Amino acid sequence: MSLLRAQGLRRRYGRRLVVDVDALEVGRGEVLAVLGPNGAGKSTLFRLLLLVEAADEGRIFLDGREVRPGDREARRRLAGVFQRPYLFTGTVTDNVEYGLRARGLKRREREARVAELLALLGIESLARAPVNELSGGEAQRVALARALAPMPELLLFDEPTANLDVTVRRRFREDLARTIRTQANAAILITHDPADAFALADRIAVMEEGRIVQTGTPEEIVLRPATPFVAAVTGAELLGGGRVVACEGERVMVAMEIARGAGPRLAGIAPDGAALPPGTPVTVAYRPEEIALALPDEVEAGACNRVPLRVAALVPAGGMVRIRLEGDVSLTALVARHAVEVLGLEPGREVVARLEASALRVFPAR
Amino acid sequence: MELFTQALREAARLLFDLSPELVDIVVRSLRVSGSAVLLGILIGMPIGVAVGLGRFPGRQIAVALIHTGFALPPVVVGLFVYMFLSRSGPLGSLELLFTPTAMIIAQALLAAPYVAGITLAAVQAVPPDVRLQARALGASPLRALWTHMREARLGIGAAVIAGFGAVISEVGAVMMVGGNILGETRVMTTAIVLETRRGNFAVAIALGLVLLAIAFAVNLALTRLQQGRRPGEVGGSAREGKPAR
Repeated sequence: MSLLRAQGLRRRYGRRLVVDVDALEVGRGEVLAVLGPNGAGKSTLFRLLLLVEAADEGRIFLDGREVRPGDREARRRLAGVFQRPYLFTGTVTDNVEYGLRARGLKRREREARVAELLALLGIESLARAPVNELSGGEAQRVALARALAPMPELLLFDEPTANLDVTVRRRFREDLARTIRTQANAAILITHDPADAFALADRIAVMEEGRIVQTGTPEEIVLRPATPFVAAVTGAELLGGGRVVACEGERVMVAMEIARGAGPRLAGIAPDGAALPPGTPVTVAYRPEEIALALPDEVEAGACNRVPLRVAALVPAGGMVRIRLEGDVSLTALVARHAVEVLGLEPGREVVARLEASALRVFPAR
Repeated sequence: MELFTQALREAARLLFDLSPELVDIVVRSLRVSGSAVLLGILIGMPIGVAVGLGRFPGRQIAVALIHTGFALPPVVVGLFVYMFLSRSGPLGSLELLFTPTAMIIAQALLAAPYVAGITLAAVQAVPPDVRLQARALGASPLRALWTHMREARLGIGAAVIAGFGAVISEVGAVMMVGGNILGETRVMTTAIVLETRRGNFAVAIALGLVLLAIAFAVNLALTRLQQGRRPGEVGGSAREGKPAR
């Protein structure tokens, strides 16, 4: 049985339907990520599931029992870390033991639990520190310790790493991965960052305009996105529109449409269960890291799709380089700096972009 | 200038001698104004919290009414309390007119709008996420509200200070409902008025200086209590995503 299950959950602000979730559940021992862009209704869903805001319609079940925001016993089985956690006036210890005081635990029990958590998160030296002296990363750890302290069965996080800079974010993500599985039965992670979802979650629910549009394992979401939106939210780029010329099982041949008429023919993969007879208008997406580049005279046989293009621009992206390629279609490739040097890539250089059919996702056009 | 120097000397003498009359007036002033502030807090703070955090029809009118209370003329308050407590008034049977209790009631009514208005602004200035965060950690609605008020305590302290300031220097209302009876309802401000009328300017100025010194001492104590920890800064680094050091 699932630990928490939401059914037909709707929340309106004025006339706007902000949350419209037919079904969502998290099982014991599971970490579920709700992934979506800003404004998708994720934070509202977070507050509804945390039972601190009432839904207009729908039901939430905890261990099979229907629960509501006024249900204090149910709320005490949950704990939440807000996107901008507010640390209350006082010391780190005052904050971490807040939920324990609310549950009436004795001083000795509180002290033991606080010491355990501060040690677990490597902030035991900050026990007596006033919270206004903490850095962003330390404050986030204190907020995590505070949520973990009452040993909630379900932990909910709203954008836990959004306010941290890149280096702190990576470390904090590791802390999260280590602690949520040992300290709570299950967790729901609300995030716009696919890196959080892929690093921490067993299952991902992708949210678009208040609705859950696809739920699956991280692999399923990346390899079998149900819609171009899901593909985009997990890091894919849209290649453009085209029409199906042939379809065999999940493998689809698409003629890309370009301004001057017929574009290149590319082989791709259709989503599960999609019927794409010849002539169907489609949208094609790809992941920039799955594009391999070669010089025109060095193309080996075997690659499924080969598209001759010209380098338009190179933009450094950390250890990688994003390369904008123009031609009959436009593509962005993400390649290692080393490859750029070996191939001598520079604006104007002719190259061939190689993509396996499995790297191209074909969706029926909306 | 000579008058002022003489007044300072007189003030020093009054303070040095600690005449029973002066001590009696100062103690009564503190007792009346202190009780009035406490009563003003009991009336004003719940109103400030309810209006500051509540959402109800007519809320803006309620806020405007509270703010209008800042401009309440003490003599008007004194007049209303006088009418209520006078022999023919609705509460005349209690025989409270010309007693310290009547003065406390009048001053509490003057302090309450300040306490309510500044408390209202203080609790509104705290992010609403504080109560949500408290509830998300299992706090009862009452504990969540208490947590919210703790975060607003800098402003709530200012409300108490403003309430005290409104009453300690007030003369119109206490004169009307207290009557300035020696040994019973005479406080520092009414004594200053009396001494001025008698032409005893030096004593009046001396009492004025004592009043200012006491007001300063009380405000200093309240300010120390208020500024002990500055909640406005708490968690600021987390809220602003300050990078780790």
